[in-house]
Amino acid sequence: MNFSETDIETLRHAILQRETTTRAVVESSINAAEKLNDTLNAFLQIDRAGALRRADEIDASGDAKQSLAGVPIAIKDNICVRGLQTSCGSRILGPYHAPYNATAIERLNAAGAIIIGKTNCDEFAMGSSNENSAFGPVRNPWDTERVPGGSSGGSAAAVASGIVPVALGSETGGSVRQPASLCGIVGLKPTYGRVSRYGLVAFGSSLDQIGIFGRNARDVAEVLKVIAGRDEHDSTTADVPVPDYTSEIGGDIKGARIGVPRDLFGEGLDEEVRASVENAIEAYRDLGAEIVEVELPHAKYCIAVYYIIATAEASSNLARYDGVRYGFRAEESNELRSMYRRTRDEGFGAEVKRRIMLGTYVLSSGYYDAYYRKAQQVRTLIREDFLKAFEKCDAIATPTTPTPAFKIGEKTDDPLAMYLNDIYTCTANLASIPGISIPCGLSNDGLPIGFQLMGTYWSESNLLRLAHAFEQAQPFTERPRITAH
Amino acid sequence: MKNGWETVIGLEIHAQLSTESKIFCGCSTRFGDEPNANTCPVCLGLPGALPVLNRRAVELGARAALALALNINERSIFARKNYFYPDLPKGYQISQYDQPFSERGELEIMTAERDEGGHPREWLPLKVRITRLHLEEDAGKNVHEGLPEVDRFSYIDLNRAGTPLAEIVTEPDFRSSWQAYDYVNYVRQALQWVGASEADMEKGNLRCEANVSVRRIGDEKFGTKVELKNLNSVRYMQRAIEFEIERQIELIESGGRVAQETRLWDERNSETRVMRSKEEAHDYRYFPEPDLPPLIVSKDFIEEVRASLPELPDARRKRFAEEYGLAYADAVQLTQNRALADYYEEAARAANNSRGAANWIRTELLRELEAAGLTADKSPVRPEELGALLRFIEEGKISGKQGKDVLIEMFASGKSAAAIIEERGLVQVSDTGEIDAIIEEVLNSNPQQLAQYRSGKETIFGFFVGQVMKASKGKANPKVVNERLKEKLNK
Ligand SMILES: [Zn+2]
Repeated sequence: MNFSETDIETLRHAILQRETTTRAVVESSINAAEKLNDTLNAFLQIDRAGALRRADEIDASGDAKQSLAGVPIAIKDNICVRGLQTSCGSRILGPYHAPYNATAIERLNAAGAIIIGKTNCDEFAMGSSNENSAFGPVRNPWDTERVPGGSSGGSAAAVASGIVPVALGSETGGSVRQPASLCGIVGLKPTYGRVSRYGLVAFGSSLDQIGIFGRNARDVAEVLKVIAGRDEHDSTTADVPVPDYTSEIGGDIKGARIGVPRDLFGEGLDEEVRASVENAIEAYRDLGAEIVEVELPHAKYCIAVYYIIATAEASSNLARYDGVRYGFRAEESNELRSMYRRTRDEGFGAEVKRRIMLGTYVLSSGYYDAYYRKAQQVRTLIREDFLKAFEKCDAIATPTTPTPAFKIGEKTDDPLAMYLNDIYTCTANLASIPGISIPCGLSNDGLPIGFQLMGTYWSESNLLRLAHAFEQAQPFTERPRITAH
Repeated sequence: MKNGWETVIGLEIHAQLSTESKIFCGCSTRFGDEPNANTCPVCLGLPGALPVLNRRAVELGARAALALALNINERSIFARKNYFYPDLPKGYQISQYDQPFSERGELEIMTAERDEGGHPREWLPLKVRITRLHLEEDAGKNVHEGLPEVDRFSYIDLNRAGTPLAEIVTEPDFRSSWQAYDYVNYVRQALQWVGASEADMEKGNLRCEANVSVRRIGDEKFGTKVELKNLNSVRYMQRAIEFEIERQIELIESGGRVAQETRLWDERNSETRVMRSKEEAHDYRYFPEPDLPPLIVSKDFIEEVRASLPELPDARRKRFAEEYGLAYADAVQLTQNRALADYYEEAARAANNSRGAANWIRTELLRELEAAGLTADKSPVRPEELGALLRFIEEGKISGKQGKDVLIEMFASGKSAAAIIEERGLVQVSDTGEIDAIIEEVLNSNPQQLAQYRSGKETIFGFFVGQVMKASKGKANPKVVNERLKEKLNK
């Protein structure tokens, strides 16, 4: 059986019908991870022993009824899994092993999912190409000269190449949807407060949210159902009921209103991407959806606002990496200040330092009002734009990224060009709303193109339903060059 | 203080709220456990951990705020105060900044200047404006002693990290060290009184910092203020302020300038010293804590807390003075703590004599309690028993002097006044017949002295009283003896 192309439902069916064992499924996943890691560098740690032990437990119990029993999953290395490393792609945490599980991990474990390893990512989730990892870039399975996107590039590559059916990533400003788009898979960023952040290493706390990668909307729904919901360890999770996302998928979408913000389809957007996304919008029209024009007048400020708020919060969140209690400590420091300086100088990479400095600056007395406070005000305007738009439509469609995957090294010297990669995605983080990226075609170079749908708060069900409908209408059957198969 | 100068003092108090667990995690706040025993991912600041607010800390914060007459904001915001220090695991302290838990309190306290011996002169009211009381977490502590290789390593104990604190800040409303002294004592007492904090400076669960400046009388502008730290008792604080006032005045008068700095009180040398200078001026880069939603407390909650508060010390002190006719100083002494004030009221009722009860408690009982290291609620002499004793004295059954001995025995043995009086056969003889018989006997056996008295040497009267008391083995009521003796002698 070729597990690398299998969806969760088929996999679960095979295990329940004893056509295969959990061990066989997990072993094949781990073998693929190990085999492809030289090429893709998607994993920072592969837990063969732990994963097989868990698989054997499920096989031995003869009870594989939990919704994800036996499903291999990869976890971005900024989410704490007890006993495994949590490096966040940074040298400063290098040897750190988490002594506790993130809430999302607790829930995955309880549902029988099997964590096969920790995936590579941009350092502290800061980046859009995965080139900022202290442990080398991840390569795009469609073209290993190209980036997989970031910051959750390892998880995206692992799912795209068929190592695992699903993986967890995290978003602060597009870090799941953007790599999903560049790797030709589905990526969901839930509403802020939908999935507990407890155990997700903080970058921009008011923006961070755990996201899910899958090769189809239904698999993503299976995972979301498990990890969503109020958590007493995270005061920013909402006490909003968790629907049965999988059962709400299916049926027709006649009468659904898809909003299109034409203003965002202008400058900087690659022609092939534009054509592909227009085509996806037409597909919705064919499915009986109504296409409506919407305006997001403040969306153009999103990169500026995002880089003030996210860096401000990051400058504070990353203060704890000081060499005192855990992780890396610079040697030969005989005095506190120099220990701090050297540890942080040697431990953090260039992009992280850049953002800490930016964030420190915008919070400094005398600058706070001009930057941080102003950014918060514009953030409110962006939020209001969306709420107003959602009076006219059920979801807003845009490209996920302005271009398909770019070459490794192409934008590393130009941070602004790199930041513009998130121009379509980071508005959803600022507005706290959910967004999903869905593959919709290939470029002439054979690179995947994705479009995204954004919905109002707690509308994940609707987004997944719309994504699923599109998958049925225009199945994306292309496979990358590098696969586990 | 030198003539022509005025002192301006503002105070900042950090009081630990008496919760069982920390403010943002479930760890115990117990004092004195093994280092780092009471820690978890949250208070260790591990990557990915998040704070969750302890409701009990909010309740106790509300009790503290209302006890100090502050207005509680229905919506307040936690904020991060960013700075690097090894005892601060997250690199920021979760505190409150521009939207604190409570604000704008106005308190009237009684204060008195003291003489050389530290005795209060005249008690006068003083209005104190409390700027704010906000909630925050404590840091851990660095340990430099009693561990291996302390010359090479510093150690960190994070048991205290995350302990809930109320920070209480006043306006610069104090004009003398004794005013500051009386204020801090008042706050300590009020916090203990409402159960918000143990407020024990020696245990470190109440800490105090003073901002002190001086200016020439008539100057509108405040002088440069100096922040005083390491004030480990209220008395140390008073002395440190006193020292600092003199230092600043001398400095200015000799042509110098006061530097804006933080100074530590050195109790051993009785002086303030410049704290190791901070490398750079702190910019704490406060911003709203994104991990915690705004703290919302309802009007109903505030009113519930208010209704559950006991009568506050200030109100009770005034009532004692008015209702029981006590001198203000006595009322102050009897309201030092809630247990003593409760004790007094019960004893006064049982004795049916409020001033008598006040005197006996102040002069006799407090001495015994202090010697035994007990608080009034733990007194082996219950208030109703003290009341019974006072009634025996009032009724003339025993003398006041006997009463004092009885009280000491009551305290030591826990027996009732009645039992001790009975056992010792202490009943006072007031029966005139019996006393007359003793007088008769004394006069008969001392004819010489009687003759002297009758010939005009009236100073010898005391001799007869003494003889009668002696013959009665001290049981005769001295008042009756006096009366009867006068009558017999002058017959
Ligand atoms: Zn804790």
